[in-house]
Amino acid sequence: MADIALQPRSARPQIREATAWDQLRANKNWLGFWFMLPAMAFLIFFLAYPLGLGIWISFTDAKIGRPGEFIGVENYEWLWGDTIFWLSVFNTLLYTFVASAIKFAVGLYLALLLNENMPFKAMLRALVLIPFIVPTVLSALAFWWIFDSQFSIISWSLKHMGLITENINFLGDVTWARICVIFANIWRGVPFVAITLLAGLQTVQPSLYEAATLDGASKWEMFRFITYPLLTPIIAVVMTFSVLFTFTDFQLIWAMTRGGPVNATHLMATLSYQRAIIAGQLGEGAAISSAMIPFLLAAIMVSWFGLQRRKWQQGESND
Amino acid sequence: MHDFTRRTLLQGGTALAATGALTGTALFDFAKAWAQAAPWKAEKGAKLTVMRWKRFVPAEDDAFNAMVAAFKAATGTEMNVFSESFEDVQPKASVAANTGSGLDLAWGLHTLPQLFPTKVLKMNDVADYLGKKYGGWTQAAEKTCKLGNDWLGIPVATIGGYMTYRKSAMEKAGFTEFPKDFPGFLEMCKALKKNNTPAGFALGHATGDANGWLHWILWGHGAYTVDKDDKVIINSPETVKALEYCKALSDTFIPGTASWNDASNNKAFLAGELYCTANGISIYVAAKDDPTKKELADDTYHALMPVGPVGKPTELQLAVPILAFNFTKYPNAAKAFIAFMLEKENFDKWLSGARGYLTHTLNAYDASPVWTADPKNQVFSQASKRALPASGIGTPGEKAATAIADFLIVDMFANYCTGREDAKGAIAVTERQLKRIYR
Repeated sequence: MADIALQPRSARPQIREATAWDQLRANKNWLGFWFMLPAMAFLIFFLAYPLGLGIWISFTDAKIGRPGEFIGVENYEWLWGDTIFWLSVFNTLLYTFVASAIKFAVGLYLALLLNENMPFKAMLRALVLIPFIVPTVLSALAFWWIFDSQFSIISWSLKHMGLITENINFLGDVTWARICVIFANIWRGVPFVAITLLAGLQTVQPSLYEAATLDGASKWEMFRFITYPLLTPIIAVVMTFSVLFTFTDFQLIWAMTRGGPVNATHLMATLSYQRAIIAGQLGEGAAISSAMIPFLLAAIMVSWFGLQRRKWQQGESND
Repeated sequence: MHDFTRRTLLQGGTALAATGALTGTALFDFAKAWAQAAPWKAEKGAKLTVMRWKRFVPAEDDAFNAMVAAFKAATGTEMNVFSESFEDVQPKASVAANTGSGLDLAWGLHTLPQLFPTKVLKMNDVADYLGKKYGGWTQAAEKTCKLGNDWLGIPVATIGGYMTYRKSAMEKAGFTEFPKDFPGFLEMCKALKKNNTPAGFALGHATGDANGWLHWILWGHGAYTVDKDDKVIINSPETVKALEYCKALSDTFIPGTASWNDASNNKAFLAGELYCTANGISIYVAAKDDPTKKELADDTYHALMPVGPVGKPTELQLAVPILAFNFTKYPNAAKAFIAFMLEKENFDKWLSGARGYLTHTLNAYDASPVWTADPKNQVFSQASKRALPASGIGTPGEKAATAIADFLIVDMFANYCTGREDAKGAIAVTERQLKRIYR
């Protein structure tokens, strides 16, 4: 020990002091930083910077092709009194809540069904994914034709069956139009919920069901006290994603109704696009999309707390 | 608005072959002679980048490209032409104006040159030259491009929209000719509905169609968004009258017009479900080109938009002006190209290629062969003469363009016609938005 301790003293003069650069280059902690840098740069340039820029633009009167002057919260003040903006907020909330709730119910039902043993199980599971695979714009165009005011196949069939005499005004009537776009969104979103929940169901240990059967639990009790609690974390995640996707939906609406009739299906995303890009009012459009952030943050918080619950649900030791 | 079917592609092919004949030596000889005599000599080694709106009629594009090729051959100017969809032209031109690079010429919509008056090359000499030679410019075209005494661009053409109707249905409704005033038109629409041969006009977010006919009704009643000093005057008894008239009219429409986009009335008319609408000439052209629709094409006629209580035509037609940026390195080549496009030897062929889709803004082209080639084209020759600028009686420019793009007038009428709002409420919402745009 002593030798070793003494040895370096004589050798020391030959070793130069580690410079700050050496520290940065070789220090383990800094090394981690260097490895993270590419990913961080990617996130900053492509996520944080555009988000920050969007928020900044919402405080200016920028137009397309022209940087704006800082005008404080004028855009938000204006939107506060804008009935079309509030209508779009209402539409977005309605669209998100109704579509997400039904997507959850139908998705869970489908997942439970697909989890049973049945013939052609693999093929059926693959088939369920089809609506999710079709590009959004294509399915939106298909729905646009299905709900067309003159050429709707639904109206046509019902007319030929003698059930109605006039075409149903699917996209021209406020209530119908809302039902139609929500239906199209549900059709598209169900597979995501169903398949993700199915994956969750398969992690539930069969032994739990066996034990419950021995205790004489009914089917409903097994679902309520085994399946549902164990599925909660994945439900929290999948519903957060579902809500985020639905809340920020743009393509479906733009291809089907352009926000019409009389703005009854304008979502915040479509209104923002119309004001910012089509009409050139970049600042105002940015303010509308920035106004979505609080709602989205709230949705993320719900998911976060949902994930926290995992510990007390599955016992302290089960990490 | 334009669907690519196998047929339209084939047509494009044959039209290309046809214009191939036109681009023969005759056009090149003319181009050479013209380049020698023209007041603007293209700079040596000039290069022009031209952005234009994406064409709807293939033959129009072919005629345009033939001109570009002839100009290139005669002057040695390198030409780089690309097209953008209607919605993208203005943003891209704005970015070019702002950054001072990327484009030399931009051919856009409505009042594009008014958006950046300090960034464009003054076209006074070109406008004078063409105006003197070809019988002067129409009033709407002049207003669209002029700021004070300066021409900010050249109003190349106008895309006209007119009444497209089935003659048999009109006659069955008891009319021998298309009504020329608002009450007559309403009567006809009521009769059409009674006969189960309804009319229909877009009340949805249809950029071209809905804005076109609703501004016509608004202006026809003497109501405007802003006065000549750009003061917002939408809240007026005239607007209320326009709303009431429109409501009465929309009660006679085929169901579903609140959901219509620009393509909806084309589809419904061609399917034989719609008997009267306002549109560009494209419905008729599509019917004419489809051998299975011969009967429908024969029965389809065009009429001028009826004149409202104000007693003079008040149509909104889509102007398509071209501009050159003042940062171009080759101003003479740019001016020469614009003047060259509008010379008779080129422009007649171009109008013919567009088949009535484009209307001239220089009076001498009233006699262009396209208007007599098919008598049903004739109506569209008057588009630029009967139009008001997109701003109505206000200043043409960005604010008027924004109000149109954000569907303010369309939403006002749609809100009232569908019963979502009463007249006061519909006007109040629009007034508030207009005041912000015109602040």
